[in-house]
Amino acid sequence: MKLKINGSEYTLDVDMRTSLLDACRDHLGLTGSKKGCDHGQCGACTMLVNGRRINSCLTLAVMHEGDEITTIEGLGNPAALHPMQEAFLHHDGFQCGYCTPGQIVSAVGMLGEVADGWPSHASADVNGRPELSGGEIRERMSGNLCRCSAYPNIVDAIETASAKLKETA
Amino acid sequence: MNKHVMNEAIGETRLDRATQGVIGKGVDRYEGKLKVSGKAPYAYEHLVGEKVAYGFVVPGPVGRAKVTSIDTMAAQSLAGVLAVVSGDRVMHSSAQPMGPDVPAMKGEIYHYNQPVALVVAESFEIARHAASLVKVEYEALEGRYEIESRRGTGRASDGGPMAADTKRGDFEKAFAAAEVQFDRTYTTPAYHAAAMEPHSSVAKWDGDQLTVWSSCQLLDLNVQQIANGVGIDASKVRLLSPYIGGGFGSKLGIGPDAVLASLGAREVGRPVKLALTRQNVFQATSRRGETIQRVRIGATRDGRITCFAHESETANAEGEGFFEPSGISTVFLYPGSDRLVTHRVVTTDVLTTSAVRAPGEATGMLATESALDELAEMFGIDPIEFRRKNEPEKDPQEDVPFSSRRLLECIDEGAKRFGWSDRPKTPASRREGEWLIGWGMASASRANSLMASSAEIEMDPAGRATVKTSMTDIGTGTYTILQQIAAEMLGLPLDHVDVLLGDTSLPESSGSGGSWGANSAGSSVYVAAEAVVAEFAKRLGVEAETLTLKDGHAISGNRQIPFSEILEGETIRVTGKIEPGDTSNETNQASYGAHFAEVAVNATTGETRVRRLLTVGAAGRILNMKTATSQCYGGQIWGIGYALEEELVVDARNGLIVNHDLAEYHVPVHADVPKLDVVLLEDRDPYASPLAGKGIGELAIAGVGAAINNAIHNATGIRIRDYPVTMDKLLPHLPEEVGAAA
Repeated sequence: MKLKINGSEYTLDVDMRTSLLDACRDHLGLTGSKKGCDHGQCGACTMLVNGRRINSCLTLAVMHEGDEITTIEGLGNPAALHPMQEAFLHHDGFQCGYCTPGQIVSAVGMLGEVADGWPSHASADVNGRPELSGGEIRERMSGNLCRCSAYPNIVDAIETASAKLKETA
Repeated sequence: MNKHVMNEAIGETRLDRATQGVIGKGVDRYEGKLKVSGKAPYAYEHLVGEKVAYGFVVPGPVGRAKVTSIDTMAAQSLAGVLAVVSGDRVMHSSAQPMGPDVPAMKGEIYHYNQPVALVVAESFEIARHAASLVKVEYEALEGRYEIESRRGTGRASDGGPMAADTKRGDFEKAFAAAEVQFDRTYTTPAYHAAAMEPHSSVAKWDGDQLTVWSSCQLLDLNVQQIANGVGIDASKVRLLSPYIGGGFGSKLGIGPDAVLASLGAREVGRPVKLALTRQNVFQATSRRGETIQRVRIGATRDGRITCFAHESETANAEGEGFFEPSGISTVFLYPGSDRLVTHRVVTTDVLTTSAVRAPGEATGMLATESALDELAEMFGIDPIEFRRKNEPEKDPQEDVPFSSRRLLECIDEGAKRFGWSDRPKTPASRREGEWLIGWGMASASRANSLMASSAEIEMDPAGRATVKTSMTDIGTGTYTILQQIAAEMLGLPLDHVDVLLGDTSLPESSGSGGSWGANSAGSSVYVAAEAVVAEFAKRLGVEAETLTLKDGHAISGNRQIPFSEILEGETIRVTGKIEPGDTSNETNQASYGAHFAEVAVNATTGETRVRRLLTVGAAGRILNMKTATSQCYGGQIWGIGYALEEELVVDARNGLIVNHDLAEYHVPVHADVPKLDVVLLEDRDPYASPLAGKGIGELAIAGVGAAINNAIHNATGIRIRDYPVTMDKLLPHLPEEVGAAA
């Protein structure tokens, strides 16, 4: 099968049962996305598929031929961090770092959802345009668990990155 | 080797002078760029590109049994299966942190879903499928799966983290004679550490040399455990854990994965990768034991505590010495001349219990800090005043002085910041629409310990330093604080110091656990740095004390010499070692703090939301304000989990851990956590270590759940003594008008 990940084409021959996550971790050397539960319960494996965040452990690689897949490696690298990565670093939005790639990718996807006007449980008016607030961030990021519990710093990081991304947009 | 034994209080050091100005600063994490970009390799992520095989664990199908046969025929005939490893060496759970022994199954099933075999295959998918084809035949045995009905049958273990019993005077007599008697029992459920990275190992053999990358906290012990588990000499094993996806105690001893991967790799002749599934992690590593805690307090009519008893019962498996030391703080935190702290272990055939973040304080203070709140209310005294009235001047058990105890300052600072004087004085008296509002507070304390640890500093000819130690960073910030200590001591900009950790080929260290890591490993770097300074002084022909180091230069009198000039093209390597000494016995050492919580309890549903949470702490010198604060957030949030959500449910009929995944075991999520406040007081403890610091990683979890429970009582008038305080427990007691509406 052929997968397009972070703008690069990969050809691979794997078991049909291989999840998108395991294809990246076990076969493509893309180990940035993490496996925390393999059941879509923790969010550590979050990737963007055609701009939308998904749990990559809950989908098979073979289902994604032709899709634009973005992993943490596609957002930035240590020498050139994405504004969201930069903000996580400065706000200490992580400790052990294991859930972090998922949190960051999820946050980037989440900002896109807010920009597209998707409501959440925390939105006062589901027909109005949601404003990014602490409450909205906490609600929309609740699929990404962090046992070190960096949550307060993650919220701050997302607020900082969101402001910076708006400036540069 | 340069060694410092902590036999007396430390005086002024280079850290106090802070010439370089980096110690204590909230600088970004040393390894942060790697972590935020997915480039920090965790255990499973090693040997990328090498031809490896994949393992999958076969779980035992019953709670307690003798295994009569393991039929691997169907599994082995599946294309791509390389081996099925079974036999006596299979580990049924994680090892304990107290020694090199490992729990081998030896033909028996000790608890539900313990590992009984490992399938090794060409791919993860094949291994997983094949594991489901392995048939385990067994002869079922009678199992014991709960402790409630077996109270009083516990044993006093002499192999736990503290003495089973600590006594002073005659508690029973003093209690019988007390003017006021308080006698309540509190229960806490079993908990799981639930670190985000499942226990994982990659094992590779080169001849008889074994290299293991595994997610471990105490490498120098863990390497012995791996050797024991595999049946080889520890000198043949190298263990690496450069990055660890959270531990919280669950990786103090090796997981079953380390030995299984090693046995599998030997069998199939190529490296094996094994990540436990999340279900394996819940069922085959270790957990925190459930507790039943009886708290009895005798007091005078005017609210002075005269005697204190804290008797705990908890669970562990047959032959296991560890127990949850719920009374660990009680021994020194509360006054009373007649004292009794006991622990009994009721044997169960459920997953082994072991250390989880703040063993003892995390459960014990849920009980005692609720009890103090209840007593204060009985006396009609504000809980802060009650604590002030009952603050001991010295360790009430051993009569030794406290090295430093700033509990009341933490409480006072917290009260001021929280606005405590506006607290609803009467329970259930403040309401905002459908929400009942309450405030609560609790004390925090965490016993401090210093462990032997060593580190090397290598100075290259250009004057750059590299710190090397087998120490681990489990998210605590070790990389960063060791860099800061070395930079401050040596007068180097931060980016001139590198840190290598997590490898048993480096100098032996304390490892990470019990909040001792920063103090122990940090002090070893301090000692090594002092030796570097002494060497510089010798080369310059001056006294070390007269030498000032800053920005890579030694300043002596009016001379300013770059390090490169002193080193004259040489690389120097020195090793420093710290050892605990007399100050551990001559003083009682602990970190202290105070928590303040505001909750809103829904009058109709009983749902509790934490609205504000403030923790003020005093834990000696803070080495990095940012990472220390993050540690405290972690403790506070675990407190939210323990107060409101977390409970490992064991099926009393068969020992199955029912909620064995992250969907059913409820750890706090973003939406459960409001903006939190942490304040760390400027503090030094010269008896604790050369750094004058104390443990902080576990301080904030101590007592915080009780502060929330006390706030729930203040909001509703309801006192729940069975944690967690969930809706079903509150609902029957909510005010009648509301109950009717519900």
